[in-house]
Amino acid sequence: MDRRFPFKVLEHIFSFVDSNEDRNSVSLVCKSWFETERRTRKRVFVGNCYAVSPLKVARRFPKMRSLTLKGKPHFADYNLVPDGWGGYAWPWIEAMAARRPFLEEIRLKRMVVTDECLEKIAASFRDFKTLVLTSCEGFSTDGIAAIASTCRKLRDLELRECIVDDLGGDWLSYFPETSTSLVSLDFSCLDSEVKLSDLERLLSRSPNLKSLKLNRSVTLDVLESLLRRAPQLVELGTGSFSDELDPEEIAKLTKALSELKQLKSLSGLWDLLPEYIPLLYSLCPRLTSLNLSYATVQMPDLIDLLSRCSKLQKLWVMDLIEDKGLKTVALCCKELRELRVFPSGADLDETDVTLTEQGLVSVSEGCPKLESVLYFCVQFTNAALVSIAKNRPNFRCFRLCVMEPFAPDYRTQQPLDEGFKAIVERCKDLRRLSVSGLLTDKAFEYIGVHAKKLRMLSIAFAGDSDLMLHHLLSGCQSLKKLEIRDCPFGDTALLENAAKLETMRSLWMSSCFVSFGACKQLSQKMPRLNVEVIDEHPPKTRPDSSPVERIYIYRTVAGPRLDTPEFVWTIHKSPEVGVSRLSIR
Amino acid sequence: MISELEMGKAESELELGLGLSLGGGTAAKIGKPGGGGAWGERGRLLTAKDFPSVGSKRAADSASHAGASPPRSSSQVVGWPPIGSHRMNSLAAKSAREEEEAGKKKVKDDEPKDVNKKVQVGFIKVNMDGVAIGRKVDLNAHSSYENLAQTLEDMFFRGNPGTIGLTGQFTKPLRLLDGSSEFVLTYEDKEGDWMLVGDVPWRMFITSVKRLRVMKTSEANGLAARHQESNERQRK
Repeated sequence: MDRRFPFKVLEHIFSFVDSNEDRNSVSLVCKSWFETERRTRKRVFVGNCYAVSPLKVARRFPKMRSLTLKGKPHFADYNLVPDGWGGYAWPWIEAMAARRPFLEEIRLKRMVVTDECLEKIAASFRDFKTLVLTSCEGFSTDGIAAIASTCRKLRDLELRECIVDDLGGDWLSYFPETSTSLVSLDFSCLDSEVKLSDLERLLSRSPNLKSLKLNRSVTLDVLESLLRRAPQLVELGTGSFSDELDPEEIAKLTKALSELKQLKSLSGLWDLLPEYIPLLYSLCPRLTSLNLSYATVQMPDLIDLLSRCSKLQKLWVMDLIEDKGLKTVALCCKELRELRVFPSGADLDETDVTLTEQGLVSVSEGCPKLESVLYFCVQFTNAALVSIAKNRPNFRCFRLCVMEPFAPDYRTQQPLDEGFKAIVERCKDLRRLSVSGLLTDKAFEYIGVHAKKLRMLSIAFAGDSDLMLHHLLSGCQSLKKLEIRDCPFGDTALLENAAKLETMRSLWMSSCFVSFGACKQLSQKMPRLNVEVIDEHPPKTRPDSSPVERIYIYRTVAGPRLDTPEFVWTIHKSPEVGVSRLSIR
Repeated sequence: MISELEMGKAESELELGLGLSLGGGTAAKIGKPGGGGAWGERGRLLTAKDFPSVGSKRAADSASHAGASPPRSSSQVVGWPPIGSHRMNSLAAKSAREEEEAGKKKVKDDEPKDVNKKVQVGFIKVNMDGVAIGRKVDLNAHSSYENLAQTLEDMFFRGNPGTIGLTGQFTKPLRLLDGSSEFVLTYEDKEGDWMLVGDVPWRMFITSVKRLRVMKTSEANGLAARHQESNERQRK
C-alpha cells in the first residue's frame, strides 16, 4: 500500500488518463494502481467480446458509463463468416443491466443484437444516451421504437450499415412528444419509408440535433422542408438525390442548403444527378468530410464539385472519379487526410473507368496530410508504390486492393514485393495495412522486418510458403490482428509462433492449408487461446491431416465459449477429448 | 520444434523447411504434378477448386444459393473483392436497374462514351480457356497485334522463375496470331460477335474490341467460318 499517494490523489491523476491503452498499462503497475484505475475507468473497450466474460467486466469497472464491444471477425463483412457464428450482445446487455444501471453509452460492432436486447437497454438504463450499432444484425424496427420511446435522455441513435428487419417507418413516431435531446440520428441503412410528417415534427422538436443521416427512401422533393427545420446541422446524410424537381423546387432547395452554415460533413447523395451538383456549391467551401461513394456521378461533373472543397479532410468516392478527378483533388484539397476509392461496377470485370495507380500517386504527391487510404484498383505497379511511399511517409493506414488476384506489376510482370517494401520501410507509423496483387514470401519478410508499429494486417491470395506467416509472426512486434485468406501455408509457421498468438487479439485464416492436427496441437500448447474451427461442410471423419476450411484463433481469459453453432468447433484443451462443441440454448 | 509435428504420410509432400535456408527449397509443395520450384502453386492459380480445403468454392455455391453473393463476378470467389455487403447490394441494385434500361441506356451511353473510348481505350478483359481468373490488358499501351500477342504470352505462358506464368508448362513462344499453336486469340466486338484477331487494321480493331479470349484452336474452328460471314456482313 502506497502511503504517499492516497487513493483520492491517485484517482485525480488517473482522471486525466483517457486512452485505454494507457489505462491498461497503469493497471499493471501494482495492486493499488490496479484498484484505483478500475474504479475510475468510465469508458470500457472490449475488442473481442469472447476474450473476457461480461460478468468480469461488469464487476471490474463500477463507474462504467460507456461500453464498446466488437464481435465477429472483420472478414464477416465480406461474407466469410457463416451466419450464426456468434457475437451475441445479449449476455453483455444482461450483465450490465443487472450490475451497471448507470451505463449511458453502448457501441457495438459486428454483433447480433435482438429486439430483446434493445428492449432490455431501454428498460434498464435510465440515463441511457448513446446507442451506436455498426454492422450489426438481428433486430427489427420494433426494437428501435422501444429505444426511441423509452430512453428519455437519448442523444445518439446511429445505425450504421446494419441489417435490420424493417417492419416500416413507424418507429420514428415513437420519440417523446415533447422536445427531444437528440444530437445525432442515423437511419441510413433502413429500407422503408418514414412518414414525412413524423420526420418534420421530430426535427422541429429536436433543437440540439447536429447530425442527421436519412435513408435512401427520403426523396429529394422533401429535403428542403426537412432542412428548413434543422439549419443547425453539422452533419447531413441526404436521401436519394435523383428525383425530378421543377425550377421552383430547385431554387428552394438551393436556398435551404445554403442556409446550413455549420455543415461540415455531407453524405448520402444516392444517385446524385449531375444537374444537381450546383446545388451543393454553397456547402463546399466549409466541408471537411464528403461521402460520394453512393453518388453515381461521373467525370467531368465531379471536378466542379471537388475543386470547390478546399477544406476537405475526408473523401469517399467511387472509381468514377478516375485519375483525372484525383488530380483535381491533389490540386485543390490540400487538407485531405483520408481517401477511399470504391469500385463502381457490380460486375467487377466490366469497368470502363480509367482509374489507375496514377490517381493514387497524384494524391500522394499533392496532399501533404494524407495518412489513410483505401484504394480499389484493377492493377498496380511497383514504381507507383515506391513513389507513393516516397511522397507520403506519414501513412498510418494503407489499404490497397488490387482487384485481380495474383496480379503482378503490369509493366514489369514482377511481384509487388518491392512496392510494398517501400511502403513499410518509409511509413514508419503504419498501423494498418492491406496487401494485394502478386506477392511472394519476400514481401512478408520486408513487412516483418520494417513494419514495427503495424497492428492490423489483411492478406489475400499471396505468398509461397509457411515462411510468409513465419516472417510476420516473428517480425511484426505490434501485430494485434491478422487476417488471411487463400494463402498456401499453415501448420509449421503457426506452431513455431504459437506464443505470439497470445500477444494478439486474433488471427483469422480461411482457405489456407491448415490441418486439423495442427489446430489440436496449437490449442493444447496454448491454454489461453480459443482455437475455433469453422467448417460448414465438415468431412465425415477428421484425420489429423485433413485441412480445415477456416480457423479463428483468439486469446481469451473466458475459456471456450458456450454458444457455438453446429459448424464451429472449439478445439478442446485436453488431447483425449479432441474437439468439443459445448453449447447451451 | 518441428519434429513435434506428427503429420501423417499424406503430409509428406508438405515441406517443413523453416530451419533451412530461404529460397525455393522451402516452398510448400502440395501434390500437384508438373509444378516445380517456388511456384508449385500453379495448380491453385488454375482454379479455386484445386484447394484441398474446399470451403472457398463451396461457400461460393452456398452463398449464391442464398442470394448473398455478388452478381456475375467472373472469378466466382466468395468475398472478393472485399466490399462490404451494404455496398455490394447497392452495386447489385444499380446493375439490375441498368440492365432493365439496357436498350435505352446503351444507346444513350454509347454515344458520349464512345467518344471517350476512342481517346482512352483503356483496359480490356482477357480470359484464357482453362484459367479461372481473368486478366486485363491495356490496349493503349500497345501499337500492334504482335505487341499485344507478346504481352499476352508473357502474361499467361511465360515460365521463367522469378516471373510468373499462370501455367508453367508452355515455354516455347505461342504464336497466337498465325494459327500454328495450340491456342488462338479471339475477341468479342461491340456487336457481340466473336472473331479471330488479326484480320482488320489495328486501329479499327482497338475501337471495336470489347474483350479478348485465348481459345483452344480446336474450339475456334467454327469461328473461322463465322468470321467470314460477319466480315461479309460488315462489307454490306
